[in-house]
Amino acid sequence: MTDAPRSDPFRLALVGPPNCGKTALFNALTGARQKVGNYAGVTVERKAGAFVTPAGQRIELIDLPGTYSLRARSPDEIVTRDVVLNHHPDEPPPELMLVVVDSVAPRAGLRLAMELLATGLPMIVVLNMIDIARHRKIEIDTAALSDELGVPVISSSAVRKGGLEMLRAQIDTTLAFGLPEPGPNLWTPPDAADLRLSHRAADRLIDRAITHPPEYDSLTHRIDRVLLHPVFGLGFLLVLLFVMFQAVFAGAAPFMDLIDAGFAALAETITAVLPAGLAQSFLTDAVIGGVGGVIIFLPQIVILFLFILLLEDLGYMARAAFLMDRIMGGAGLHGRAFIPLLSSFACAIPGIMATRVIDNPRDRITTILVAPLMTCSARIPVYTLIVSAFIPARQIGGIISLQGLVMFGLYAAGIVSALVVSAVAKFLFARRIPSPPFMLDLPDYKVPRPRSVAIALWTRAAAFLRRAGTTIFSMTVVIWVLATFPQPPVGATEPAILYSLAAKIGQVIEPVLAPIGFNWQISVALIPAMAAREIAVAGLATVYSISDTGGDAALATLLASQWSLATALSFLVWFIFAPQCISTLAVIRRETGSAKWVWVSVGYMFALAWSAAFVTYHLAVALGWG
Amino acid sequence: MMLSPDLPHATQAPLAEHQPLGTLHRGFSGHVHSILAADHSAALPAAEMERRLIELGFVEGARVTILHEGLFGRDPIAVRINGSTVALRRREAMAILVA
Repeated sequence: MTDAPRSDPFRLALVGPPNCGKTALFNALTGARQKVGNYAGVTVERKAGAFVTPAGQRIELIDLPGTYSLRARSPDEIVTRDVVLNHHPDEPPPELMLVVVDSVAPRAGLRLAMELLATGLPMIVVLNMIDIARHRKIEIDTAALSDELGVPVISSSAVRKGGLEMLRAQIDTTLAFGLPEPGPNLWTPPDAADLRLSHRAADRLIDRAITHPPEYDSLTHRIDRVLLHPVFGLGFLLVLLFVMFQAVFAGAAPFMDLIDAGFAALAETITAVLPAGLAQSFLTDAVIGGVGGVIIFLPQIVILFLFILLLEDLGYMARAAFLMDRIMGGAGLHGRAFIPLLSSFACAIPGIMATRVIDNPRDRITTILVAPLMTCSARIPVYTLIVSAFIPARQIGGIISLQGLVMFGLYAAGIVSALVVSAVAKFLFARRIPSPPFMLDLPDYKVPRPRSVAIALWTRAAAFLRRAGTTIFSMTVVIWVLATFPQPPVGATEPAILYSLAAKIGQVIEPVLAPIGFNWQISVALIPAMAAREIAVAGLATVYSISDTGGDAALATLLASQWSLATALSFLVWFIFAPQCISTLAVIRRETGSAKWVWVSVGYMFALAWSAAFVTYHLAVALGWG
Repeated sequence: MMLSPDLPHATQAPLAEHQPLGTLHRGFSGHVHSILAADHSAALPAAEMERRLIELGFVEGARVTILHEGLFGRDPIAVRINGSTVALRRREAMAILVA
């Protein structure tokens, strides 16, 4: 037994199957002292935190990704396997594992614990959510479990006051006796016979130590009879989506106006303080226009993620995947692709990041490739401008607004094209390969913990802001440089952008865009719009020399007089498909880990945008709208 | 008989009353008889398919109940197995013989 606490922290790791309450336990142990990063080379979240035990021992705790077994399949599970088997290049194995078992459904956790025994690492088995198990009259004999497994077993509740005292005390006891040297690693990949044996062993363990009341009609079952009903279930999902969209678009509007007003005021102050020139232009156009133009979507992203996190913690997301699997499967997508595509309506960036839940690489790539086709909120300013300029504010049959109908059509076109593209990709590249299996655990419903949701929401928002400050900022700077240099000669009468590199590029690409009805002004405006789609509006205002004070209304009037309807429709169709967003491409690069998929996205989306706009333009001209 | 009797998991050869879980409907309740995954029927090799089904709890003798079905083609299905609820497609459930 050692007397003084060791000065450097002990490295502990939480290991457990998905849905065992591991994250709640991690939050309860470490509080806000968390560091969320990525494991090098893969997009798996690395969560680390620190706490001090009652005896004063410092602990560094990492939350390893959830897994059912060391037979890892998804990138997350591979990280966990590699760390505990000491194969990971950066993360050494923990000195002590806390293996988390859901007391209500202990089988998966106990099987994992038995499998982990073979790694030779010391462990404490933590029976989490013991309060719910007691409430359901599930009796667990921790002494018998400890006896069978040969390791300490304690019960805990991450959500009850004092629910962690036994765990903290056990960590002290285990550390005070001195951690045993890790035993030899005897783990080998199990075959089907091994797995059957391990099931039998788990059965024996559960028979000996756990008394279940006879399976009763639990609340989860009763809720599922409605929410997984073939008809009502889908109906409920549709209503839920409608409410979510209302919240994302209507609910976020006041906050977005506030941010917009804030940046406008800031820009005004800068214009007032700094003399007109490069510094002023850099701050107002690149920093505020570019980064501010992305940060404005923060309220939408926060509301969207709030919904997603709540539904995930409730246990509904797996059910949504169940309900949507057949519909998505028809287009060659996995049921789990539903959530990423849904997120992409706010912004493709969180959508692409959410594809991490899809463990099959091909399904994941397909979802990443079609996610930017969903109508993200950055397209809204462009759509509203063109629709208000060209589509008459008429009612069809006295009820349906024609403008609203066109907006709806643009959204529908995004969804349909995403499904068609994935179906075509499946037909071209994976016709003979049967789609990967869809097998999914439907966990019991749980009431989300506000604290866990708040922490998760904060890390998401912080990640988005960090990206706006780094990747997106550097992209906007590049585009600002293109649109600013070389500077106009003294006494120039034309708008400054016409002398810039962006204009040169615009003029070079103009012949390519002329067949789809784009003039050189549009071609030039598309260059800065690569930073973010909605900058196209500002870009058009710049090339048509509309002063900022004129606003969108003046621009709409001018465009209505300058463009034909055919050009306007072609422009709208272009924006449905074109990869007009460098930040999305940057995220694709990061999430796929290869530049190849960036080029594939750019290639297919530009090809699609050009062809669709070409057809639209010539059809419209043929109809006499040229 | 195809299965060698000395294998630890060797079970009786499937009889006529052993039906694939994938052909059954909501309300069915029975026991798992055996796993018979075939290489050609799924994206995964038979051995891997078998392991994944076992990991979900489809072991011989386990009680299985079909709780829910999807709208289109009654696919996928959600089943109660070993105290947890699992969703899977009918195509994968074809490998699970039940009685």
